[in-house]
Amino acid sequence: MEFSFLDELPKIVWMLIGIAAFLGVIGLLLLLVDVPRTRRDRWQAVLFLSPALLLLAGGLVYPVLRTTYLSFHDRSGDEFVGLANYIWMFQRPEILQVLWNTLLWVAFAPLLATAIGLVYAVLVDRSRFEPVAKSLVFMPMAISFVGASIIWRFVYAYRPADQEQYGLFNQIVVWFGGEPRLWLLEQPLNTFLLILVLIWVQAGFAMVVLSAAIKAIPAEIVEAARIDGAGPFQLFRSITLPSVWPTLLVVLITITVQTLKVFDIVRTMTGGNYGTSVIANEMYSQAFSQGQTGQGSALAVFLFVLVIPLVALQIRRTRKARELS
Amino acid sequence: MPRTESGNRRHLALVAAAGSAVLLATGCSYLSGEGGGGGTDAADVDCAPFEAWSDVEGTVSIYSSIRDEEAERMDRSWADFEACTGIDIQHEGSGEFEAQLPIRLEGGNAPDLALIPQPGLLQRVVDDGYAVPVADGVRANAEEGWGEDWLGYATFDGELYGTPYGANMKSMVWYSPTYFADNDYEVPQTWDEMIELSDTIAESGTKPWCVGFESGDATGWPGTDWIENALLRSAGTDVYNQWVSHEIPFDDPQVAEAFELAGDIVRNPDYVNGTFGEVESIAVTSFQEAGLPLLDGGCAMYLMGSFYSAQFEEGVTVAEDGDVYGFVMPPMEAGAEVPVMGGGEFAVPFADRPEVAAVHEYLSTPEYANSRASQGAWVSANRNMDPTVIEDPASQFAAEVLLSPDTVFHFDGSDAMPSSVGTNVFWNGMVDWVTGTSTGDVLETIESAWP
Repeated sequence: MEFSFLDELPKIVWMLIGIAAFLGVIGLLLLLVDVPRTRRDRWQAVLFLSPALLLLAGGLVYPVLRTTYLSFHDRSGDEFVGLANYIWMFQRPEILQVLWNTLLWVAFAPLLATAIGLVYAVLVDRSRFEPVAKSLVFMPMAISFVGASIIWRFVYAYRPADQEQYGLFNQIVVWFGGEPRLWLLEQPLNTFLLILVLIWVQAGFAMVVLSAAIKAIPAEIVEAARIDGAGPFQLFRSITLPSVWPTLLVVLITITVQTLKVFDIVRTMTGGNYGTSVIANEMYSQAFSQGQTGQGSALAVFLFVLVIPLVALQIRRTRKARELS
Repeated sequence: MPRTESGNRRHLALVAAAGSAVLLATGCSYLSGEGGGGGTDAADVDCAPFEAWSDVEGTVSIYSSIRDEEAERMDRSWADFEACTGIDIQHEGSGEFEAQLPIRLEGGNAPDLALIPQPGLLQRVVDDGYAVPVADGVRANAEEGWGEDWLGYATFDGELYGTPYGANMKSMVWYSPTYFADNDYEVPQTWDEMIELSDTIAESGTKPWCVGFESGDATGWPGTDWIENALLRSAGTDVYNQWVSHEIPFDDPQVAEAFELAGDIVRNPDYVNGTFGEVESIAVTSFQEAGLPLLDGGCAMYLMGSFYSAQFEEGVTVAEDGDVYGFVMPPMEAGAEVPVMGGGEFAVPFADRPEVAAVHEYLSTPEYANSRASQGAWVSANRNMDPTVIEDPASQFAAEVLLSPDTVFHFDGSDAMPSSVGTNVFWNGMVDWVTGTSTGDVLETIESAWP
């Protein structure tokens, strides 16, 4: 088939609509962050944003409403079932495990990724090898979650003791005289092994942003503290940490939102098997593989409700930061 | 079939002028798998068999889970039809077919025809009102070609909504004839003989069986084949059908017995898992990889569908006296009816247009079955297919079993169950089962998930 512009026209129109909706979202965020002060400015903004707002309504608001509507209905979307889908969610042991796993992800991944990024940024700051060291940690950011998952699947790969290991973890275990283990089967260890993949990818992001914040600390302050006799640890606790605190929170919230939505890692590495499923993966599997639209929608709404406060917090913080500057 | 050639050329020239967009264009045709080589000329082909459809024109889209090499063979199998009739068949294969088809249907982006491998999903698209009943000509072909056992899965309220397409046989135990001959083992004729043979092999120091349940998104499905084959043998056809249609509960004692029967092999640490480790390794061993140790004596037997021949490399001889071959999993008692379990796709129309009916009608003919089978590695259960056109010995064996008038065919139970059970909870249950959860708990979980 040759490329025909006319044949592809509907797709291109959809693409343009998508781009417009995306710009609309950006515009709306800017509007929220920077509320115009005079009435005239406000009308101007509304005028300019209205086409985008319409598209936003179609591309974001409508789906949210529709999903919420579906979450109160049965699988065909016709029959109202009240809270049944939500009750189902909190009653089925396998879904409770999904919620628990998501909690584990949120509790560990953002904190560890940010902490590792911060420590690393502090350690390499102004060292001779800083650019090289930073790019090494930043590089995984360039790999998609799916790619990273495939790499780590090899790291966790298993072969029986009498055969040659090709998984890095098991090879190390064997070198130290241990028995190779089926890492991805051991619950709840396997969830943590998946979390490790996210940390591996996201620590670079945390490191780069935090490193920039560290570099923004005025040299005079650092020098003054040094003259006052502050050691490296004291310097970190009393100068660096308070100075980068706002940035730290932004990084933490961003990674938390990422973590809540995590899907690719779980799907690629275990497909949600062996007790590793999380909300986003379960939502996909319920709504699409199993055709339980109502139950899938309920999970989606629950995830949405979890993300909202974080996004709101993020926007408020950004706004505050701008007002301060 | 190149359609409206000049018009497209002009557009292409325009696009080419736009520079980088050309890359996009060639990329698109590459992705849709239709770049070059597709244009069979009507002049070189004997068009007599396609005369019935010669005055139909148009484009028909087919959506399926078939990709890569298999999809190319499929494209070749209808090239003559396209050349002679002027109907352009556009096939798209997707690895996420089962999840994407409902999305496309709900989104108003239905394909003209879909090849659906699960009667459970087929029932869902019929219930939701998306599928249209087949045209009269198709129905006539279907009744001519397939028995009631096959057509029953696509019949709802007396209306036929699809026709069987490919078929496979999943009661097949792969083994190595060379390995069997070297050790004086014989193909077992009863279940007990199979267990005896397993014991003998286990005593010789080899794990007799290889098993692998890993299959990405669908991990666990090979386990359902074990249960279904065991249930057909221990409880018989009637109980099997009642179980699939939920007339008896999923955790009926007879089903529990079948689980134990299969478990005596699959969960027996003396029997599994040849070269892959302990019983639990079944959960993370991919089904594609699992049967390969047959070739070097790592294990002796592997239960897997007839399509597994595609996994063997070119130098491997698949033959009754070759490196690998299959036997039908034996019945409990000698001389008893041998139940055969398997799967296949159904071609289901979603549009009521003459060109769609024409393509569907062609796909349901024995001529098409022969054309596709001659491209290799494919079998139809169409009774009028000519099995001699098949070259691949495993497919030949499967065809022989499937087309034999004595065979009572049972559709893969998990595929025929509602998808929330058959493609999900049952699969997950099999993973839990081989990683140590008790049969009772697994059965209870699956039963409680039935909609």
